[in-house]
Order: sequence, then structure tokens, then C-alpha cells
Amino acid sequence: MANVTLQDVRKVYPNGFEAIYPCSFEVPDGEFVVLVGPSGCGKSTLLRMVAGLEPITEGDLSIGARIVNDVDPADRNIAMVFQNYALYPHMTVAKNMGYGLKNRGTSKAEIDKKVRAAAEMLNLSDYLDRRPSQLSGGQRQRVAMGRAIVREPDLFLFDEPLSNLDAKLRNQMRIEVRALQRRLGVTSMYVTHDQVEAMTMADRIIVMNAGRIEQIGTPGEIYGRPASTFVASFMGAPPMNLLNGMAGDGAVRLDGGEQVPHAPVNGHAGALMVGIRPEDVLLSEAGDLAFNVHIVEELGALRLLHGEVGGQAFSVSVAKDQNAQVGQTRLSVKPSSVHLFDAAEGRRL
Amino acid sequence: MADIAETSQTVPLAARKAAATRRRRRIKPGDVVDHTILILGALLMLVPVWMVFASAGHDAVLIHREGLQFWFGDQLGENFRAALLEKGGFTDSVNGVTMLTNSLILGLGFAVGKILVGMTAAYAIVYFRLKFGTLAFWMIFTTLLLPLEVRILPSYEVVQNMGLANTYTGLIVPLVASATATFFFRQFFRSVPEELIEAARIDGAGPWKFFVDILIPLSRTMIAAMFIIMFVYGWNQYLWPTLITTDESLFTLVRGIRQIVQAYADGSTTPEYGQAAALAIIAMVPPVLIVVFFQRWFVKGLTESDK
Repeated sequence: MANVTLQDVRKVYPNGFEAIYPCSFEVPDGEFVVLVGPSGCGKSTLLRMVAGLEPITEGDLSIGARIVNDVDPADRNIAMVFQNYALYPHMTVAKNMGYGLKNRGTSKAEIDKKVRAAAEMLNLSDYLDRRPSQLSGGQRQRVAMGRAIVREPDLFLFDEPLSNLDAKLRNQMRIEVRALQRRLGVTSMYVTHDQVEAMTMADRIIVMNAGRIEQIGTPGEIYGRPASTFVASFMGAPPMNLLNGMAGDGAVRLDGGEQVPHAPVNGHAGALMVGIRPEDVLLSEAGDLAFNVHIVEELGALRLLHGEVGGQAFSVSVAKDQNAQVGQTRLSVKPSSVHLFDAAEGRRL
Repeated sequence: MADIAETSQTVPLAARKAAATRRRRRIKPGDVVDHTILILGALLMLVPVWMVFASAGHDAVLIHREGLQFWFGDQLGENFRAALLEKGGFTDSVNGVTMLTNSLILGLGFAVGKILVGMTAAYAIVYFRLKFGTLAFWMIFTTLLLPLEVRILPSYEVVQNMGLANTYTGLIVPLVASATATFFFRQFFRSVPEELIEAARIDGAGPWKFFVDILIPLSRTMIAAMFIIMFVYGWNQYLWPTLITTDESLFTLVRGIRQIVQAYADGSTTPEYGQAAALAIIAMVPPVLIVVFFQRWFVKGLTESDK
């Protein structure tokens, strides 16, 4: 078990592309951290640098008390689960899981014992003699995890491990991975572009964009107090509504002219962005904002209403028992649910 | 698993198709043309083989007088026995079995050597960041334009100066470097997913272990395909062995056949046509067996990959 520390870690590719701007953070022992962001944001690069598959341009990476910048991946005592599983196609499940131990000179009896224990834990006991090609996607994923577990590493690294599975299986594996990590208590870093995975699995989330860390926080913090318009619109489905507005005289007015209630103005003035989550408003005839509904989307448990507030796109989600139809209505905003962001840089005010 | 599922689906389909054909029973003119060409082609390939086989049953005088025969004679056993066991050649020091052994050594040495050199070269080019790796590859690749015949004089000079004339080493080693094998293995290695190497690195496999434990087993079908091609190529070598071996105990089958026929040119005696035909048949058998035996792997190796 170990904590992972990144100190001003930076990655520049030989062609001059800055993949990761200097970043620092610490993952405490036993924590499950999810790196999330759109494709090309550098999250996988960061993970691969921790794994040792990608050299670090600048900065220090330590696992436990040891700086491991120049340590071979094999000697970092880590295990990695890849997106396409990367199982050795010619080896049986048991051999796949035991290969890392075999290379480290573990005795046959010991390997056998550990592989069986891991297989037991992952419900793979009946498949130990099969080849990966004879397994389903979910089973292959479990073998890849088994290969990580048997080594008893200090750190698990997951690189989008569930994105090749179908939606139903993904939900199930999400819970399995999380339960397994809790049980083993191994520090884990998990890369995904799926914000639902990030929200549901993480102890803490690191949101990345274009090579920079946008925000680090618990799922609650990330959702409740997004640090930037990027985080606000990336986390949450449907995303937070972002409206152009103007602050002055202790009040915030939308560009359409309407005043936003409950806005934490705090002396700000000038152009800004107003963020309101779709579920943080109520439909009510006595509401503060006029809402023109264009489309109603039926989701079963919820309905999504898409329309305009003051000429700007706005979405609202309402419970299924609430009456909703296309046309004019009014919205009231829940207290302390209005987020204000800098108009130019998108930082939270 | 996938195979079973596939066949269980295709069988009824094929059966239905067959039934449909039976009902129609119409022969299109195109089919007739196609089959005529096919049959003619097959005859073109097979009739000479048949004639050689049939002629192997006659004595030399008959063949000399009447040409190659279409039906067996009574000398079949005797000719095969003589071809295999009777000492022949200029010095009477080599029989068919020795030549067969020599051919096998040449074919096997050739195939194994080419695969080893080609695989290791491709491994170096694909997996190691060599400064001039790409240049090296293209240089190897251009040697495809320079077959043995082009460089035969310098090659002979080098082998002769090293004192390797009339040895198996001299016979095999100069032919072992192979651009074809290097190229095929390079293409194959490049198709192996990157994650597999990374997983192996994290699993603590160094370059050697990765090669032996993962790359070689993955290349099995490819190795089999290369083996067939290279074995047959080595087996059929004629020019190089002729140059490099003067000692008759190192003669290969291909040379042996010529040796028998050459007796005619030398003068007095009638060449042992029957024995030459028998020897030709014997020379055909091992390559055919290898192709038949490895055929399934051969097709698999060149067309699909088991990754």
C-alpha cells in the first residue's frame, strides 16, 4: 500500500506538444481517484507516466516514499488494467494471471495458490483452463483484474477498463470494481471519459481539460461547487445551464433582462456567466423567470424540458409526476443553487 | 466457441443452397468455360508428374528408344531400389539415401536459419528504438531486388576464402539472410497490439522474455507459413549447391537427377532414365508432404492472425 505524489509533473512530447502542464496532487493510501476529462485531455498520458510507460519530462513522481521517475514499470510494484484487456491470447486464464509472478521468480505452488484465490474472488474458478478467446467481454475484464490482484501491488492503475463493455455489463462491473478495491484497500487511479463512472466510483475526482487539472474534489464538491464552467458543463447530465449575464447594483441580470434571484453577487460587477443545474429549478406559475418550453423529452423517471430563458437555451428536469407541456411557463430557482463564473476565463466567482 | 457457432449457422444455409441448385440443375455456359480452363490447367500440372511416375517403371533402353511412358512397366521396384541404394555419380560414392539426407539438411537448415534470422531482425526493427532502424529495414528490403544469382560470384569468393567450400555451413549460411522473412515478420509484429507489450513490461518481462514467452507463441502460424516457403525454396536450390560442393558426398537430390542424365553427354552408356525418373519422384515427395501437413497453418498464417 502506498500514497502517490506528483510534484510539478509535466509532459512535453518531442514534437513540442505540451500534453501535461505542470501539475501536483497527492493520492492518499487506499484512496480511489478517478481522472476524468474529454478525449485528448491528457488523463491517459498522466496515468501512463505513473505506470512508467511514458517518460516524465519534468517534476517528481513518488509512490510510497520513493521517487520513481526512472524506475522500470516492472519495479514500481504497480498493476495496470487496460482498455482492451491486453490478455496474452495464447495463454490460459491461469497462466495469464500468474505470468507476472512467474517472472518474479515466485514458486509454482505459490503462484497456483494466489491465482486460485484471485479466481475465487472474481468468480473465475471454472475458467482457469480456458483461453481469453473463449471468454465473454466481462470475463476477460475480470481476468485482467485478476492479473492485477495476484501481484498484490501498491497501486492499481485502470485505463478506461469498462469502455469496451455494453452498458448493462458496465454498470455491473462498475460496482464490482469498486467493491473489490474497497475490500483490498489498494490505492487506485482510474481513467475514464464517462462522468457517471467518475461520480459513482471515485473517492475523489480529478477533472482534466487540455492538459491541465481543472478541479480536484469529492464527487459532491465537483457537482455542488464546480470550479469552472468546463467542470460545470462536463459533470452532470444534462449539463448545467450556463447563461450570459451582467452583475451590478447587488443584483444579476440575464442578457435577456430578467433578474436572477438568490445570486451570490458579493460585490461583483460586469459581465459574467450564470450557472443553474436543470434540477435546481421548479416549475411554478409564481416563479421568477419566464421559461419558453420547446421540447419535452420523456425519460421515464424524469422529464427533460428544453427551451429558452430570456432568449438563451435552458433545460429543466422535472419528476415524472409533474405536469409539463410545450409552451410558456415560469420557473422559481432554489436558494443557493445559482453559480457565478467569470465571463472571460470561466473561473468560479 | 466462435467456430462452433459459425458452423451451426452455415450448415443449414449451405444445405438449403445445395437443395436450390439441385432443383435448378441448369448449367451456365460460363461454368463450362471456367471448368474447362481449370481442368486443362490441372492436366498441364499433373500429366508430366504422371509420366515421370509411369516411366520410373521401365528400363533405360525402352525410354531412350520410345520416350516417356504413359503406363507402368515391370521395373518400378527395381528402379526405386537402385535410385535409392546403388552408388552412382562420377566417383561411385553417393547413393539416393545420402542425397535425400543432404537435401533434407539443406531444406531444414535453410528454413530454420531464415526464420531465426528474419524473426530476430524484425524484432530489432519493430521493438527497439534504433537510430537507423528504418534505414536498416529498407536496406534489407532492397536486397529483395538482389537474388542469389546476382551476387553469386562474390558470395562464392567469400565462402571459398573462409574455407567453407564442401561443407554444410558453406552450403546453408550464405543463403540464410532473408528479406522476405524479415519483411513478413515485421508486418506481423507491427500488428501485435501495443498494450500487450506494455502489459508484459508491467508483468516484469524483459525483451528476451517477451520475445520467447509472447511473440514466438503468437507467431506460430506465421512461422509455419515461412517454414513451408523456405523449406521448398531450399530444397529446390540447384545453382548454389552446384557451385559450392564438388565433393559428391554432399550432393543433393536435385543434382543427383542431373548427374544420372548427364551420363549420356559423357559418352558411351545409356543414361538410367528409369532411375532418374524414380529419383525425381522421390525428390517431389518431401516438399509435398510438408505442404500437405502444414497447409492449414499456412493459410492461417498468411491470411488471419489469432490475436
